[in-house]
Amino acid sequence: MSGYLAVLVVVLIFVVIFQIAKASEYVSILKGEKKARQQSNRVNGFLLIIFLVLGLIGVYYCNDALKGKIFFEAASEQGEGIDNMIKWTLWITGIVFIITQILLFWFSYKYQEKEGQEAFYFPHNNKLELIWTVIPAIALTILVAIGLRHWFRITSDAPKDAAVVEITGKQFNWLIRYPGKDGQLGRKFFKNINDANNPVGQDWDDQLNKDDFMATEMHLVVGKPVKLIIGSRDVIHDVGLSHFRLKMDAVPGIPTTLWFTPKYTTTEMKEKTGNPDFVYEISCDQMCGSGHYSMKANIVVETQEEFDAWTAKQVAQYGVAHPAPAAPEVPAAATPIDSTQKVVAANEVKQ
Amino acid sequence: MSNEATLHSQEVIHGAAHAHDHGHGHDDHEHHEGGFISKYVFSLDHKTIAKQFLITGIIWAIIGAFFSVLFRLQLGFPDATFPWLESILGHWAKGGRITPEAYYALVTMHGTILVFFVLTAGLSGTFSNLLIPLQVGARDMASPLMNCMSYWAFFLASVVMMASLFVQTGPASGGWTSYPPLSALGDASIGSKVGMDLWLASMALFVVSQLLGGLNYISTILNMRTKGMNMTKMPLTIWSFFFTAVLGVLSFPVLLSGFILLLFDRHAGTSFYLSDLFVAGKALSNEGGSAILYQHLFWFLGHPEVYIIILPAMGMVSEILAVNSRKPIFGYLAMVGSMFAIVILAFLVWAHHMFVTGLNPFLGAFFVLLTLLIAVPSAIKVFNWITTIWRGNLRFTPGMLFSIGFVSTFISGGLTGIWLGNSSIDIHLHDTYFVIAHFHIVMGVSAFFGTFAGVYHWFPKMFGRYLNNTLAYIHFWATLIGAYLIFWPMHYEGIAGMPRRYYDYTSWESFKQFADLNHFISIVVIAVFAAQLLFVFNFFYSIFKGRKVTTTNPWNSTTLEWTTPINPGHGNWPGEIPEVYRWPYDYSKNGKDFVPQTVPLSPDEEKEGHH
Repeated sequence: MSGYLAVLVVVLIFVVIFQIAKASEYVSILKGEKKARQQSNRVNGFLLIIFLVLGLIGVYYCNDALKGKIFFEAASEQGEGIDNMIKWTLWITGIVFIITQILLFWFSYKYQEKEGQEAFYFPHNNKLELIWTVIPAIALTILVAIGLRHWFRITSDAPKDAAVVEITGKQFNWLIRYPGKDGQLGRKFFKNINDANNPVGQDWDDQLNKDDFMATEMHLVVGKPVKLIIGSRDVIHDVGLSHFRLKMDAVPGIPTTLWFTPKYTTTEMKEKTGNPDFVYEISCDQMCGSGHYSMKANIVVETQEEFDAWTAKQVAQYGVAHPAPAAPEVPAAATPIDSTQKVVAANEVKQ
Repeated sequence: MSNEATLHSQEVIHGAAHAHDHGHGHDDHEHHEGGFISKYVFSLDHKTIAKQFLITGIIWAIIGAFFSVLFRLQLGFPDATFPWLESILGHWAKGGRITPEAYYALVTMHGTILVFFVLTAGLSGTFSNLLIPLQVGARDMASPLMNCMSYWAFFLASVVMMASLFVQTGPASGGWTSYPPLSALGDASIGSKVGMDLWLASMALFVVSQLLGGLNYISTILNMRTKGMNMTKMPLTIWSFFFTAVLGVLSFPVLLSGFILLLFDRHAGTSFYLSDLFVAGKALSNEGGSAILYQHLFWFLGHPEVYIIILPAMGMVSEILAVNSRKPIFGYLAMVGSMFAIVILAFLVWAHHMFVTGLNPFLGAFFVLLTLLIAVPSAIKVFNWITTIWRGNLRFTPGMLFSIGFVSTFISGGLTGIWLGNSSIDIHLHDTYFVIAHFHIVMGVSAFFGTFAGVYHWFPKMFGRYLNNTLAYIHFWATLIGAYLIFWPMHYEGIAGMPRRYYDYTSWESFKQFADLNHFISIVVIAVFAAQLLFVFNFFYSIFKGRKVTTTNPWNSTTLEWTTPINPGHGNWPGEIPEVYRWPYDYSKNGKDFVPQTVPLSPDEEKEGHH
């Protein structure tokens, strides 16, 4: 009922606006074209300058209202460079924005049609045009130079002592694999994948796989560089790390990497943000299907001791796939397809 | 020079004969079918075809915008239910809340419809068709038949796309970019089943339409200009349509090739884009393909596409600003040159959409440089527009206001391009609401402002009537204010890293602080949508009941379209095509308010120094 009422009200408003519009058209015909034009010119000229003033106040107000909702300090060393870059760009583009918008609306207001005013025939001026070609070119060169310096630093090879963590996207969650004590990830192959006990398709013949363990949360050590090996099992996903100011696509068949150094532990972030529920979240930033919006994993940044304690509790995936009483000889790849399907079906029900 | 003149005069004769032939054709039809079919349906008249594109575009725009209202309801009111949604969407909105599948279908269709069907076909299709023959002085397009086929190919594309909305598994829902493997595998997404095939078929027809249209625009501009109309005497609108057509002709085929490979991957068992996949509990046999290849092919069109959308708007805005400032456009040659630079650069920047795909960083550096280079010609254009209104005598017609709005939004959205084009910033902002804010302002809102400016300015030429001014002013102010209210705050969401294409943010600790803002934005969206309906009403009402145009040249403009009768017939000029003697921007020169292009230079008059 209230729905129909709302529609009725909207229609009524439309009718009223239309009647006013129609009436004002008749009035303007009566007044004569010139007079009507002068009047609408004055009104619109005034509105343009009002729009400029209120708009600039609005920009300030918007910033004031929303800046608190952004954590304006990157939580990784690499992100600092990006924040720095954003600040430079904000200054340059901000100044250009304010100057050009003021000129645009102020000129519109100032040079509105007036009796006796004549437009100035000014088809071109090489000097002016040269100035506003060269100045933007210089400003942009500076931005490119700073930007590329950060770009190459961020995309450079990870330090040799960086920890390695593998993260694999699937519809619709993240599979996280740690290399275990040996610090090296074992081989994997997509045809070995088995949702019951081998979600990333580890090759059990590879000795390096024996101590690799899977985790539901990503644990990282504060101040220690970490290199992510990023992959996907099905469609393109993207490892989005908004607090660290980083992201990288997860592409099936083409592994990508990303490295960074977390600056603050989760506990420290809780204090910094004043939010006791703060948690580093990995968001999927590449459209991956109907569950895209819920594809989340948490990151815990902690001290080395806490990390070691956590690691000690983890069980190698090899052990999960080969429970002691069962025959460990059967390779996962040989698992009959239909049992896999059952597991997947079970998983889907859970989701 | 004399050679050129001969060529032109021959064309004039040829053009006249051509039109004459059509005249006969029409007569024949009229005897048999009362003329309705040949006059309004399969018309060969470029002006009618322009109107067909425009009206089809308006219908699509309403649908596309309505879809955005629907998904904004979900984003702004994630906990609310709207029972009427279930009545229109059925099981896609069970219990009055849009399902995620429906949400992604709406988002995908919103993008596809607005980018391709409205801002490409609706914008270029309308104004290139309407203005090219009228402003260069031709009876019709180089090939009126191809022109007609271009519209009907677009119509077929529309029918197929519309049909895809009604299939059981829903329309395509992998985003307007349709990246594989998501778009290749029906098991990965319900929208990638038959909906995706229809999407691809529709887009293939759309590419056909674009090529038929584009080749026609180019050949008409190059070959059918009236006597005296050399390239540097063309209005900037024509330059912009020319460059737009060149971009389309060179890049749409690449898109089509990408789509064909995708079709093969979907149905022929090939592995162009597919490799190492485990979907729906099964490992697929595909190996060795690259999902990134599609992105290269897609963005090789996808990036020029944004210029295909914005260039015609730029051209029309340049023209409308000059007419209503009673001043020549400032720096005509710089305007042409900057458009040319944009066209060249448009082909060299596509990988800036792919900075975070694992692209070689060294290669990325070149794309950063070339991308930011585009800011230089864009800056030239902005400064030239501002200088055009400086010391003018401005008449705020609705067309003029929308042109000023265009410059404002083009500045706002263009500047954030400098953020995103710089790869290091893009790492953080890629695929966040910052991107949404950026491209909606710079190519969505701006291009719409250009379109509206064009519609208000040339409506008298199309229908011999005016649109209602009061409704136009309400439309303008509501749209300008609304657009900024919607998109400006989204920059902040983006800087916080809030990803785009999310159905629901309530479970995210990092993004749920924007719930109030999303609520606010959604309310503004509904209001702005209502304001657009006001325009639609004004448009259709004024076709039949608008104030009649009583003079051939209502805006006191210099260009050729205003030398035709108020309601020009097929062939445009009843007598000979007028000859052109001067550039189109002689406003307020030597104390005269305006001098039409058809007026010969007086002996003491200086030629405008560019050519």
